[in-house]
Amino acid sequence: MSTLPDIIRPVTEGETVTEAPTVEDVGWGLMAEFETPAQIMEAAKLAKQQGFRWWDTHTPYPVHGLDKAMGIKPTILPLLVMGGGSTGFTVGFLLQWFTNATNFDFWALVPIRGYDFLISGKPLLSIPAWIPVMFELTILLSALGCVGGLLLLCGLPQLYHPTLRSTRFARATDDRFFLVIEAKDPKFHSEKTRSFLESLNPLSIEMLGD
Amino acid sequence: MGHGVKSITLGESHQAGYEVRRFGTLARWIGIACVLLAAVFSFGGFLGGSAHHFFRSWLFAFVYIMTICMGSLFFIMIQHATKAGWSTSIRRVAEHVAFNLQWLWILFLPLLALVLSGYGGLVWHWMDPAHVDPIIEGKSGYLNIPFWIFRAVVFLTAFYVASRFFVGTSIAQDASGDPSLTMKMQKWVPAFIAVFGLSLTFAAFDWVMSIEAHWFSTMFGVYMLAMSFCGFFSTFCVIFFLLRRQNKLLNEVTVEHWQDMGKLLFGLGIVFHAYIGFSQYMLIWYANIPEETTYYLARVAGPWAPWMWFLVFGHFFIPFLLLLTKHTKRCVPVMTGIALWMLFAHAIDAYVLVMPMVPAEALAQADDWKDFAALARSGSLNDKLGYHPQIADVLLLIGFIGFLVSGICHSMSRAPLVAHRDPRISEALVFENM
Repeated sequence: MSTLPDIIRPVTEGETVTEAPTVEDVGWGLMAEFETPAQIMEAAKLAKQQGFRWWDTHTPYPVHGLDKAMGIKPTILPLLVMGGGSTGFTVGFLLQWFTNATNFDFWALVPIRGYDFLISGKPLLSIPAWIPVMFELTILLSALGCVGGLLLLCGLPQLYHPTLRSTRFARATDDRFFLVIEAKDPKFHSEKTRSFLESLNPLSIEMLGD
Repeated sequence: MGHGVKSITLGESHQAGYEVRRFGTLARWIGIACVLLAAVFSFGGFLGGSAHHFFRSWLFAFVYIMTICMGSLFFIMIQHATKAGWSTSIRRVAEHVAFNLQWLWILFLPLLALVLSGYGGLVWHWMDPAHVDPIIEGKSGYLNIPFWIFRAVVFLTAFYVASRFFVGTSIAQDASGDPSLTMKMQKWVPAFIAVFGLSLTFAAFDWVMSIEAHWFSTMFGVYMLAMSFCGFFSTFCVIFFLLRRQNKLLNEVTVEHWQDMGKLLFGLGIVFHAYIGFSQYMLIWYANIPEETTYYLARVAGPWAPWMWFLVFGHFFIPFLLLLTKHTKRCVPVMTGIALWMLFAHAIDAYVLVMPMVPAEALAQADDWKDFAALARSGSLNDKLGYHPQIADVLLLIGFIGFLVSGICHSMSRAPLVAHRDPRISEALVFENM
């Protein structure tokens, strides 16, 4: 019994239990609620000016220009898609070349031969017949690269997020716009950040628990 | 589209026609001069010109500008069918291009006259009784001159009516601002799309595919549609570039619209075109059936082969890689450069479509493909393969482009550059991709 820490010690009869002194709980972050896209746009611009790094906005639909106002860097997703596509193109060619038309000796000892089937009199290395496979693999790997890259870059799948605790936040998928500044941001200060958010005239400000 | 963040006003100056009538007249006279010069070269027999070749060249130039106009009509119809908002500010320029379908039939009259006077065989060999064989005989239920003429009249009328309806209704809306005109176009557009699809397909069969009447491809109409996309979206970009240079449509047509025109040129004019072209080639190449391969035999063995390779790289791979990223699509000068290049590639495409001939005798003599290829490569078949590029081809092409420019200028002088009272115009003004 003595090895257990104090806090989970069973309360003995007649003992007075006092609340433990708490350190100031800054929670996970502060969330401000706005009514219009124009307000969130303005708020995002000011938040960017303040130099916050760990913050985000949540809107019911894509607000054009918001990522620019937030100063989000261009995504590298197109490069991932390009990489996937060119891999598919090359692999599609190599696969067919290796299985059909290879004909060489490995270190002069091991003969490597493709399945040299003669199909309707076509040459073994016949690009036109291979293009459908190369095309499909290009599309497949581009698409997988796109979806996979998107999930990866967005940090999905994500089963829990602190904002989901807020009942107000349910309207982020309906008609309200939210700006969230996380407590781990180096510039975060529970009082100053709150007063900054207040200066933006939000409908409400809420502290989100972790 | 929820913003209300951005506000853009319509330029006042765009509510009247853009007075370019003089430029249009100049283009028309250049066109007439070029056509006359081509006729002199061809009928006079100068610089290797021949009367026989003249009408082929005529058909080539006709196909070139017809596909551009058909592409514009298709674009307009799709915008109405999908009730698109983003394109409202650029649709009128497409209508100025589609206007040309109202006079395009005039350029078909010489071909019609040729057929009526009994010399149709110069272009479409099945019309020449000397060339009739059992295969052509078997197709005579469809390929006979009276029915062919009847169909040509039907197609040209259909183009005329469609152009008149969409361009006319849209311009009428400038005066009345009546949203019911938009509803009217939306109501009728599905029927027009069906008529358009059938007309374009069968026009392609009649006017181009039947040049080699033994050959057939069910994809041919779709190929012509893909060509239309390429020709039109390139023309579209060039027109907007020129208007921009004249400080027109600076607010109405933004880089966002350019990106979307780039997407359409990329997706439909380059990728879809290559997809259809390659599919047609590969199916025929793979099946390797004598009556199907003739079309490509003439094109891949001899002097036409470099032209086909040009299409593979110049019409597909190079523009494909260039337009893959949004940065080129959003850069107006680069897009214009690519559009001009695609207009050139489109001309080569139309030329390779119309000009080559299948040398039946040479095929009969050759034992196999290698024999034929050797003959074709030696250059001795050039004439029989229809390979004699000459000055008349270029002159007629320039001339017809002159007529097209003249038609566009005429239409621009009559009506504003923007459908400024379209109910969806505000959507187009604040449109953003990202």
